[in-house]
Amino acid sequence: MKLTLPSRIVLGIVAAVTLAFIYVPIVIVVLNSFSTSKNLTWPPPGFTTEWWVKAFTNEAALAAVSTSVTVAFAATAIALLLGTALSFALHRFTFFGKSTVNLLVVLPIALPGIVTGIALNNAFRTMLGLQLGWLTIIVAHATFCVVTVFNNVFARLRRVGTSLEEASSDLGAGIWTTFRLVTFPQIRSALFAGGLLSFALSFDEIIVTTFTAGSGVQTLPIFILENMFRPNQAPIVAVVAVVMILIAIVPIYLAQRLTSSDSSR
Amino acid sequence: MTTVSPSVPDRVGASPVRDSPARRGSAFLYRHAKVRLALLLSAPLFWLGLVYIAALVALLITAFWTVDSFTGKIIIEWNLANITKVLGDALYHTVTLRTLGTALVVTVIDLAIAIPFAFFMAKVASRRAQRILVVAILMPLWASYLVKAYAWRSILAQGGILDWLFAPIGQTSPGYGLEGAVITLAYLWLPFVILPIYTALERVPDSLLEASADLGGKTGRTFRHVILPLITPGIIAGSIFSFSLTLGDYIAVKIVGGATQMLGSLVYANVGVANNLPLAAAISLIPLAIIFVYLAVVRRTGALENL
Repeated sequence: MKLTLPSRIVLGIVAAVTLAFIYVPIVIVVLNSFSTSKNLTWPPPGFTTEWWVKAFTNEAALAAVSTSVTVAFAATAIALLLGTALSFALHRFTFFGKSTVNLLVVLPIALPGIVTGIALNNAFRTMLGLQLGWLTIIVAHATFCVVTVFNNVFARLRRVGTSLEEASSDLGAGIWTTFRLVTFPQIRSALFAGGLLSFALSFDEIIVTTFTAGSGVQTLPIFILENMFRPNQAPIVAVVAVVMILIAIVPIYLAQRLTSSDSSR
Repeated sequence: MTTVSPSVPDRVGASPVRDSPARRGSAFLYRHAKVRLALLLSAPLFWLGLVYIAALVALLITAFWTVDSFTGKIIIEWNLANITKVLGDALYHTVTLRTLGTALVVTVIDLAIAIPFAFFMAKVASRRAQRILVVAILMPLWASYLVKAYAWRSILAQGGILDWLFAPIGQTSPGYGLEGAVITLAYLWLPFVILPIYTALERVPDSLLEASADLGGKTGRTFRHVILPLITPGIIAGSIFSFSLTLGDYIAVKIVGGATQMLGSLVYANVGVANNLPLAAAISLIPLAIIFVYLAVVRRTGALENL
């Protein structure tokens, strides 16, 4: 399809406007975190670093960060195990109910967050009589993180095929040796990318978390939500928000490096 | 006479096959594909089946129970009170229609922005620009949901940037309300909609477009008859995100929606403040039913594999 120059220019302008639409709000959050105004007035009446100092000495905020990191690590570890096993099962075998299993993996993120949230809340509290807390958050997060690992590993398995593994077993390697020396190196970066995505998903999740966290455990998103409506805390929320944006850049950069080195291979 | 081993046994001797338990296990697994499959599937199916499916079934069951209004405890007493309340009460009709309408509008807005943008990314931009754009779309995807909702809270605020921008033309920001919620939700899910469409577009080989042009297909015709059918699964995958995520949202609505109530708000209120889990369960069956119908329709297109 030959696009004329004017239509290319129009598309370019549409793309530029879209990018602006995506990025301007984020820039505004960054500017607001330095604003002397406490109630989000624009343009900022003045600039200060006071909120940054306050946020970094705020114990509740720091505790929330460490809670979020712990939960995200635990959920990602579980998701890596389950997601990898599932992707191998679905890639290497044909069995009865395969498409149902495929649907089952997607379900926790395809269903509305409140449905997942209330279903788990109800199961934990009413059915199992558990107290909401660390365990329930981690179980809930792991459930919807499985799909990100599954997608990454499954896509990789589909691309690399099985011929190298067949060659390995023809040459006498057992299943473990083949996995360690042939399969694992092939899927390593997919595991890493899937793990990063799952970590970010868990770190950021709020809806299911509000239903499964109880009152004792406060993740970073819950901290932000609870402080957003308190006028005195609003600037600290802006700072925490900027920190969360900065944290997101690192995994993105890594994931991008991983996938670009894959495609040049 | 010295024994000179023939070369072939010698090579085998170089890496002797020891009869270790690991080796035997490996050989056993190699011969029994079903055992391998069972080992791979048992843990994930146990988890997803026990944690998730059982929870969904339990939710369905709870909707038919009641809450003791004095103690706040759930009583196992089968009845249809919650279901008839949800189906009969005008409040739930209004909120369901509002939520469904919002989800549809948000999806349409996102598709209208995402399709041209993804097309620019995949087919117009240079290789280098393409890589930069992918990162540019991925980055806000990873930036926190709350941060983005918060950004719109500050944009829509009284005396905020929209008020400031609109002041010269005598308008004010729409403020916190349904319009604000729609804009914010469309903003939140946009990267989720762009990515699958972009992935689908990237898989469309340029040669097909050239063939269409060679055969006299104009731009519009090529788009409708060549590109669109090929990227439909991507479009559907994107729409699942914006549609389903909107149906289940109550946080963004709480942040920028003012007093607007969605199904999610009602569910959350009944789990928390009102402490009526059975009624909350009954309400949550509405978005569940809607999304199941939607998924059942799109499952035929194979779009689920693109999520």
